Formats: sequence, C-alpha cells, structure tokens
Amino acid sequence: MNFPEELKYTEDHEWVLVEDDIITVGITDFAQDQLGDVVFVELPEVGDTLEAGKTLGVVESVKAVSDVYAPASGEVVEVNEALPDEPEALNNSPYEDGWMIKLKLADPAALDSLMDVSAYQEFVEKD
Amino acid sequence: MKKTPLNQIHRQLGARMVDFGGWDMPVQYSGVIAEHMAVRTTAGLFDVSHMGEIEVSGVQAFDFLQYATTNDVSGLADGQVQYTALCYETGGVVDDLTLYRFAADRYLLCVNASNSDKDFAWLQDLLEKSDFSDLNLINRSAEYAQLALQGPVAANILAKLTSTDLSAIKFYRFAEGEVAGIKTIISRTGYTGEDGFELYCADADGVKLWQELMSVGQSLGLEPIGLGARDTLRLEKAYALYGHEITAEIMPIEARLAWITKLKKGNFVGRDAMLKAKEAGLSRKLIALTLTTSGVPREGYPVICNGREVGYVTSGTMSPSLKKGIALALVETASADSDQPLEIGIRKHHILAERTALPFVK
Repeated sequence: MNFPEELKYTEDHEWVLVEDDIITVGITDFAQDQLGDVVFVELPEVGDTLEAGKTLGVVESVKAVSDVYAPASGEVVEVNEALPDEPEALNNSPYEDGWMIKLKLADPAALDSLMDVSAYQEFVEKD
Repeated sequence: MKKTPLNQIHRQLGARMVDFGGWDMPVQYSGVIAEHMAVRTTAGLFDVSHMGEIEVSGVQAFDFLQYATTNDVSGLADGQVQYTALCYETGGVVDDLTLYRFAADRYLLCVNASNSDKDFAWLQDLLEKSDFSDLNLINRSAEYAQLALQGPVAANILAKLTSTDLSAIKFYRFAEGEVAGIKTIISRTGYTGEDGFELYCADADGVKLWQELMSVGQSLGLEPIGLGARDTLRLEKAYALYGHEITAEIMPIEARLAWITKLKKGNFVGRDAMLKAKEAGLSRKLIALTLTTSGVPREGYPVICNGREVGYVTSGTMSPSLKKGIALALVETASADSDQPLEIGIRKHHILAERTALPFVK
C-alpha cells in the first residue's frame, strides 16, 4: 500500500497536503482499498464553511456508504469537479486524480494533531 | 464462525472475508464490479456451500411438501426443480428455496444458509403437529459442498469435465452425474440471471471440484465471484433475497411472488391468511425503481410520494451493468399504482426515481 511521505494523515483515513494556509484533502490508499469499487461521491460546494471533524462529503462503494471528515475548519476554495463523474479515480489514483477538496484553513495551527507517514503506517497496521 | 470446505482457497486467492450470517465467506476477490461483469460476459464460480440442504422422503413426502410449501408440487416431475417458499400461518415467509424432485417419494430442499436450522426446526414442528406419517426429514446441510458456475460460457466449461449431456438438462432441471470424476448433482439453476449450473457434491470433494473447474475455465474467462457481486447480479434481475424483499412480515404475494404462491392448489400453511389479505386488497406491493440522477439507493431508505413517506427500499445498489442506482421497494399500493412521481430519500436529498419494468437488466 502506498502512503506518500509528503502528506499528513487522519485517523479517519483522510490524507492532507499542506501548502501554506491551503490544504488538499482526499482518502488514503488504505481507505479506498477497504471500501472497494467506489461508485458515488458527494462533495461540498465552493464557499461552504467546514468544521473540523464534521462531514465534508460522502464516498460510496457498491457495498458501503462512508463519510469523509474535514481534517480542520475552514472554507472550501476548490472541489474536484471531475470526481462525481469518475468516482473510480478514488480507487485508481487516490492521491492525484482522486483529490476531493481544497480548504482555506481558519487556523493553520489546527493541523498539529495530524499524523505523519510513519505514524499513519503504524496506525493502519494496528487497525 | 462456520467455514465452508473452500475457506482456505478463498484466503489463498486473497478474498476479503466477511461474517455472513455466521459464515466466514468471501465478499470479493478482484472487486465487485469486475466480478459482476465477468459473470455477465464470460463466467464466474461461486462457493455457495453455506446453503442448507434438507431431504424429505417417504410415502407422504409429496403430501407433506404440498402442505408445507407455497408452490404446486404436483407439477413437478423427477429431475425437475421448483422455486418455492415456506410460509407461516400469517402468510409471512419462513424462507424461499428450491425444491428438487428425485423421485415421487424423495425430495431435496435447498434453503438459505442463515435459515437452514430455522427451516429444519419449522418443518419438524409442522410434521409433529400434523397427521403425516411415513416421512423422513433429514438436515443434510453439512454433507454437501455447493458451487455455482454462472455465465454465458458456463456450459462450455462444465462440458470439459463431464460426460453428462448438458443440452438435455434444460432450465430448472437437474441430473446426477460425474464432474471431474466427482459424483455431482448438476442443476441448471442459479441466482444471476445468466445460464449456468449449481453443482452439489460431497463436502469432502468441494475443493477438488473448485480446482478442476477453475483450471479448465480460466482460459474461457472464469473468475471466482464473491457475495458482493452475487448481490448486484441478483438485484439487476430483481430476484428476491430473504431478509430483504421477503421476511416473516412480508407475504410472497406482496413481493411479486404470486407466481410461486398457488392459492388454488388446496390447503397449505399460510394460504388462509393470504386469501384473506388478497380479498381485502393488498395494501402494499414490491416495485422496481431506477434513479434519474446519480446516487445509490440502499436498504431502508424511504420512498416518498407528494412529500409523504409511502414505503421503503428493500434492496438497492449501483447497477454495474446500467451504471445507475436501482432499487426494489415495498410501497403502498395506491402510490405504487398512481402516476404521481416517486422519490427516494438519500440522506438530505430526495431523488426522483422512475418506476421500472422488471428485470432491470434484460
């Protein structure tokens, strides 16, 4: 399983790419593998305000519905418009074509609790 | 957890295993959609050894089954299979099953895995409370392994391993023969809507039968198929699944199963309740719905008509063949039969759903 080193990770299996006060969020390779074939994605709209720990969207596989949670509070500045039409990108390319949203952080320090790659790897192995 | 004789094989193939009604079963191997499409285009092999088998034999076997099941057993000849159900006195369903006639005085019932103990106890109880005698009821579930070989090239694959003339086994017929030297009941039945076979052999021969089929089938596109695709395949064909479309609280005549409920055949368990319900007019019926926009309907989601909840989804999925959300739903008859639009409530959305002629996939 692939977990890029430059990313941060949550216990709910989201990945976070930090670029100044903007973060890009998606679900990890582990999450997509657990879900199986993704067939439906629901994303927020640009301008929506998200609260840390609250649902940012929904990913559905043939068998399961899974909420995706906001890793931090902030405003949605961009969503992956292509994703609802090709939800399989979450399986095939979870870190690139499968990115979900970009969020402008309300408080950049709020990311301190996220895991780095080695902590996440350990977390997944225990899960 | 209970295991089928093929448990180790599933693990070696890297299947994802789940607890399915107390059985450790594969839900997927390569992925639900790929497995689904393999069955629709080439062939798939399913381990369905968890299914239960109950033998009914004796002089009064026919009379007993005619009383215990909803379909008309008098129409069944040796070597024939019948889809039927066991009902409670209330008309609710104990289980749905396939009934095999080996001889006028010997039958085999293939029942749902998670219901097999309940069914056996139910039949025993019926027997004790009735006047039937000269009857043997034996739970043979542990003695059989069962594999389902399904798909357009299933017959080509099976023909490589048997001298039994498969063309002589028509749909819903069976024969006893040998497959790869293994004594097998070869039944032209299935739960996918494709041509194919359900193969019953001794529990100890299950692994060999699987391996032989996989080895001759691989070049023809045969893939192992898990329970995930088993569900999407049956749902595209609108086949009922116990616990969803039919339960102890749902009568077969409400669930589009009037064709296996022969109310005129004479007395049977559940008939009076169903006659009464029919006379009063059925208050709800099972219908098929297809979402007009993207979304996945799922079991328990409400069906809404003019802002009012009029029913619920019994089974739903994203159809891999149609790439649309499809659902079976139990809905108030008046709303089902009206021309008012129906919606399915998915989280905070109400999504327009079109009434669909069955099956979803022809």
